[in-house]
Amino acid sequence: MIDVIIIGGGIAGLETACTLHTQGIESLILEKEKEIGGKLTQWDSLFPSNRNAKELVETYKDEIQKHTITVYVNTKVIAIKKQNDGTFEIFTSREIVFKAKTIVIASGYSIFNAERKEEYGYAIYPNVITSADLEHMFATKKELKAPSGRTLERVAFIHCVGSRDEKVGNHYCSRLCCVTGVKQAIKIRQMLPETHVFNFYMDLRMYGLGFEEMYREAQEKHGVQFIRGRVSEIAQTNEGRLQLKAEDTLAARPVRMQVDMVVLLVGMEAPECNSILGKSCNIQYNAAQFIVPQDIHYSSGITSAEGVFVSGTSIAPLSVFDTINHARSTALAVSNFLMPIQNE
Amino acid sequence: MYILIIAIHILMILIMKTITKKQSWNSYQKEIANDNLYYARSCIRQNFFPASEHMFLHILQKELGKNVFDDPNHTTCTGIGYHADVVLFDTIQTVIARHFALMTEAGLEHMAISCVTSFGLYTEVLHTWEHYPEQLEKIRDFLYKATKKEFNLPKSIAHTSDVIYSLRDEIAQKAQHTLINKHTGKPLRAVEHIGCHYAKMFPSKGVGGAEFPQVLAGMIESWGGEVVDYPERRHCCGFGFRNYLVQANRGYSMSNSKKKFESMEVYKPDFILTNCPGCSMFMDKWQYTIAEIDGKTYDSYGKGIPVLTYEELTGLVLGYNPWDLGLQMHQVQSESLLDKMGISYDPHLKYTDKHGNQLPKPVSPLHLTQT
Repeated sequence: MIDVIIIGGGIAGLETACTLHTQGIESLILEKEKEIGGKLTQWDSLFPSNRNAKELVETYKDEIQKHTITVYVNTKVIAIKKQNDGTFEIFTSREIVFKAKTIVIASGYSIFNAERKEEYGYAIYPNVITSADLEHMFATKKELKAPSGRTLERVAFIHCVGSRDEKVGNHYCSRLCCVTGVKQAIKIRQMLPETHVFNFYMDLRMYGLGFEEMYREAQEKHGVQFIRGRVSEIAQTNEGRLQLKAEDTLAARPVRMQVDMVVLLVGMEAPECNSILGKSCNIQYNAAQFIVPQDIHYSSGITSAEGVFVSGTSIAPLSVFDTINHARSTALAVSNFLMPIQNE
Repeated sequence: MYILIIAIHILMILIMKTITKKQSWNSYQKEIANDNLYYARSCIRQNFFPASEHMFLHILQKELGKNVFDDPNHTTCTGIGYHADVVLFDTIQTVIARHFALMTEAGLEHMAISCVTSFGLYTEVLHTWEHYPEQLEKIRDFLYKATKKEFNLPKSIAHTSDVIYSLRDEIAQKAQHTLINKHTGKPLRAVEHIGCHYAKMFPSKGVGGAEFPQVLAGMIESWGGEVVDYPERRHCCGFGFRNYLVQANRGYSMSNSKKKFESMEVYKPDFILTNCPGCSMFMDKWQYTIAEIDGKTYDSYGKGIPVLTYEELTGLVLGYNPWDLGLQMHQVQSESLLDKMGISYDPHLKYTDKHGNQLPKPVSPLHLTQT
């Protein structure tokens, strides 16, 4: 029986495993995808430093290898059963049943499916893309163009797509879309200095270290234009451009604009597996399916079920910075929990 | 080779676009009863498009053998008064409850509603009763006290364009004419315009939802035409009750239609198809008004873009005489479309009554020329 099984091999799971290792606790990671690193493997750069995301993933891969932490990839958790002695049996897509004293849920997040905001025409108009798509383009394309091949004279970003939106049932703020929009707008201006970039926002929540400075820099140094107003609809013109309609709430005027590409800043949602894991372990999760910690201030890595812990964005949308810090605190909580057991 | 790769790429994008749109439409399919229907007429359509409602009944009853009850006791739903703030919600609920009572008395369970605003209101009332059952009980009480009538809730309600949509393939099999341009062999290009009250309030109640409705597009494509997706496709025609009831606001109403015409003009549509009484009328009549003010028409020939109701289009496809369909009563005349569809017509019979007696001919306007 292993001390800790970590469900999820994204940065939260990897950091939890690495910190536990420094505490002398061995863990095993179950990852449903074919490789570890989570969503970060699809990202180009990280705010506010513009650091290459893959570099951070590689750092974690090296650490995992160095500490000889076992990782099972392509392994999807189906159910968890608590035994009478307080230990856990974990049933997966593999034939073997894993056994552990404790479990850490590091299931991460899902990217909001932008097709649900039908008025924006994602997956209908080729030049409407998401921030995740743009990140992939940054990472893989040398020359930046619209998916249809159009030269980018004008690009519009739409904030809060799938977040703070009653219509899609997500009342919470995804927190990172604002700064992602600023980061990506700057990058477009750096790659294509002639391109006009517009960000349509409700309000900008630059809460993190260096975020506000990036926002100022985007306006003052890079000339990104920020328009306070929600976009109501997007349609394609005869020339293949995109026409969007919005209200500039500062100028109190309706705006109708044509652009070559629209980037939807999609929010974060709890992954489907959270409710399955939640029911399976009898832990609490909220209406948005994020796992509810025992105490949001004092013990945010501990769940309502004894022996089950939670790490990273399984509790709420978090930045990489916050995710790593949360993962470390969860690892300490696991360590504290296991200490009396190991001393017995 | 390079051009070929680009062409394949564009083709793939178009195919993907069509597939994903259809997926979006598929997620909004609904059950549509198309037989044993209680017919709820519109209070204004018979004035605007005199033959449309008659043709709906004729096509369903005579062409397709369906049972549809046209009840002389049915009245207006009072929707215009409701949207003009002169009819209370309790009142309109009681009027609609009376219609359900008439349906119940007729031994029917499914309702086909001719007007988009009525359809929106019936949907709103049923939705209200679902969430506030005490409201339903109150209205039952009101209706009983006023009329001694009781009612069952309908098993389904559909807009009559839904009904034609559900029968579009059956109609296509009986088609005498298709939406193919006889001169070029290419599909006719159609602008479809959906009334706001059809699905914008309750997207799940419309075929295809609010953003990419399929109800009219499905008819056009089934009968051989091509739907124009233009930037202002979703924009309101400007009918908006307060806009036309208050004379001073009518300029606002017209500016909405103008915005749409300007947006669709570059696509050179052969006709506009609508499913709402107000949209059909204003998109037809405002073309005349704009032509009188600006001298501007939105087709290449100075004749305007014909605006049809879905019953009129169905009638043309089934081979009915355009003058029996009442197309001569429109402001924008439809001969250009009839010629493209290869429909023969007798211009001498255009303004005659059913006995062949000559009726007065309208005066041809200066800019929106009549044929």
